[in-house]
Amino acid sequence: MTEVAVVGFAQSPNVRRTQGTTNGVEMLVPIFTEVFEQTGLSTKDIGFWCSGSSDYLAGRAFSFIAAVDAIGAFPPIHESHVEMDAAWALYEAWLKIRMGEVDTALVYGFGKSSAGQLRRVLALQLDPYVVAPLWPDSISVAGIQARMGLDSGRWSEQDLAEVAARSRRDAAGNPFAQVSGDTDAATLLDAPVVADPLRAHDIAPVTDGAAVIVLASAERARDLVERPAVVTGIDHRVDSPALGSRDLTRSPSTELAGRAAGVGTDVDIAELHAPFTHQELIVRDALGLGDGVRVNPSGGALTGNPMFSAGLVRIGEAARQILAGNARRTVAHATSGPALQQNLVAVLERG
Amino acid sequence: MAKQLAAVLGTGQTHHRAKRTDVSMPGLLREAVDRALADAQVDWPEIDAVVLGKAPDMFEGVMMPELFLADALGANGKPLLRVHTAGSVGGSTALVAASLIQAGVHRKVLTVAFEKQSESNAMWALSILPPFQMPVGAGAGGYFAPHVRSYLRRSGAPEHVGAIVAAKDRRNGALNPFAHLRQPDITVESVRASQMLWDPIRYDETCPSSDGACAMVLGDESSGDAVEGGAAWIHATAMRTEPTTFAGRDQVNPQAGRDAAAALWKEAGITDPLSQVDTAEIYVPFSWFEPMWLENLGFMAEGEGWKLTEAGETALGGRLPVNPSGGVLSSNPIGASGMLRFSEAAKQVMGRAGDYQVDGARTALGHAYGGGSQYFSMWVVGSAKPGS
Repeated sequence: MTEVAVVGFAQSPNVRRTQGTTNGVEMLVPIFTEVFEQTGLSTKDIGFWCSGSSDYLAGRAFSFIAAVDAIGAFPPIHESHVEMDAAWALYEAWLKIRMGEVDTALVYGFGKSSAGQLRRVLALQLDPYVVAPLWPDSISVAGIQARMGLDSGRWSEQDLAEVAARSRRDAAGNPFAQVSGDTDAATLLDAPVVADPLRAHDIAPVTDGAAVIVLASAERARDLVERPAVVTGIDHRVDSPALGSRDLTRSPSTELAGRAAGVGTDVDIAELHAPFTHQELIVRDALGLGDGVRVNPSGGALTGNPMFSAGLVRIGEAARQILAGNARRTVAHATSGPALQQNLVAVLERG
Repeated sequence: MAKQLAAVLGTGQTHHRAKRTDVSMPGLLREAVDRALADAQVDWPEIDAVVLGKAPDMFEGVMMPELFLADALGANGKPLLRVHTAGSVGGSTALVAASLIQAGVHRKVLTVAFEKQSESNAMWALSILPPFQMPVGAGAGGYFAPHVRSYLRRSGAPEHVGAIVAAKDRRNGALNPFAHLRQPDITVESVRASQMLWDPIRYDETCPSSDGACAMVLGDESSGDAVEGGAAWIHATAMRTEPTTFAGRDQVNPQAGRDAAAALWKEAGITDPLSQVDTAEIYVPFSWFEPMWLENLGFMAEGEGWKLTEAGETALGGRLPVNPSGGVLSSNPIGASGMLRFSEAAKQVMGRAGDYQVDGARTALGHAYGGGSQYFSMWVVGSAKPGS
């Protein structure tokens, strides 16, 4: 089967609020231009288009249809859409290249979280008959998960603050980040709890944003960029939605996906999609990443969490490190659903 | 490297009704899934991945319902994908599931599509007015009626052709034990006497609003070889999209549909669709879309589609039976309607269509469209392996 590589990546600035529509067009047009400049490709060169977004986030049905206006889709295009983070749209595009149907694909995700109250919108992902009517919002659910880890001794509040401090310091070097700063765990721990046991630094900010990745067959990729990031493994799995039936301090779906993607021990950099500090610790553990692995040099989702593209951004950041010649082998992770229910893992290597 | 062969191993669907208040969403899905697994003679441990499709989440009032449905779909510990491409989604979902096999990633994939409109309110979901966009305002019928009126003007088709489609599809639906509307006694005259809703579309020429689900098990070459009586082999697939509105857009005969059909026939090695295809399951939510899509798909020349319908050639026993299952006019669980077209095409070439079996069907088309006639997905399935 055909090998697939990342050849281009661009993202919009991560911001608390944009003035554009919820269909993402205003955020997407400039970053489409950017990846076309990076790769020398144009709209007509793209064999397959695939996007990830959510109608509930947009507050309307069919928001992805309006997003197509960002492409200029005439003559008609070969296109599909997942109601998931665009990391899974990338998976669909990977299939199309792998089977030899196309040799280039453009993947994009977008979300205007500021259009609603994100934590309440995400409560509508829960079982609609017996859980959602109680309105346990996304931060409360994550709080339960964090509390279980504290009570079992898996992590301490100090551990969580260390994750946040490192992320904010790293984000200072990321021009797209929403939150950054030279801080330390002790300073962060002085802040009050927001949703016990979580403090503000434990929780990803509410972010409007979009991202785009261009994929090509490995053969085509060599003509487009100097150092393509070849996807040597990609897999995704889901866990039970029943919060009470699984051990929330572990992520079996990440473990399975990581093993299937072939993460192994030889990893330079890992970009992990952890919207809460304790979730980074869970994912690191599930992927068996040792202390030598540089985690989230971009600052990660804790410093900018554009819904439905934050997972794709992790793949983009992991690829960018290879495209730029900074790393040889990187790992990207994306998550979806309450308390890390669904997870995708990709391994990228210099081609 | 070339695509791996893929085949439909088995199909299943629910009884479609306006309100399936007797089951929850998981219960509804399992009705279809359990029938598909039994039809395919496949058990849960053999399923490598699950692909779910449905139309807007607001139709049920649950954000990304595949997450809470993971248990019921037997997906825990497995890959689960969720597709949404408007009304074409049932077809697109099947094509994503097929990709998993064609790319050599999995051997057996469960794919399922559903809509349970009685959980929420579809009219509400479609009535939210985003800024800077033209409101639809009148529901799907009001949106599509001007396209139909334009077709009548352009083609010169006589006014009764729509009623011929409606009467035929509803009588076909009466042969299908799962259909929502089963009207064996409906006639062209009774359709023409029904109330006018959106001129020229009458009440009996309009699809119902249904709760329902459809599922299929797809498999690789060796799995297809093992199917008793023969699998439905996927010969070609195509998807195309164009924007909803732009100056000069032909909404009666959209370019995206024509492009998708051209790519489909080419891949399937079909040069004369009307002669080489034995039966077609075409997404016809309003009667007049049968002649319109017959032209868009290339079965008939532009302006000529209605002649095939008027001559009775799209009825069971005709030259190209269209929607022998009763089609969308007999059952319309929106997100599942496209997958029903794809699975009914598969049933025909597997010889499993019961009372509405087209004699000797060896090659069949499954077709779906969505949005403002801008999303198209289709496949050709056959009783013989591609290339054989």
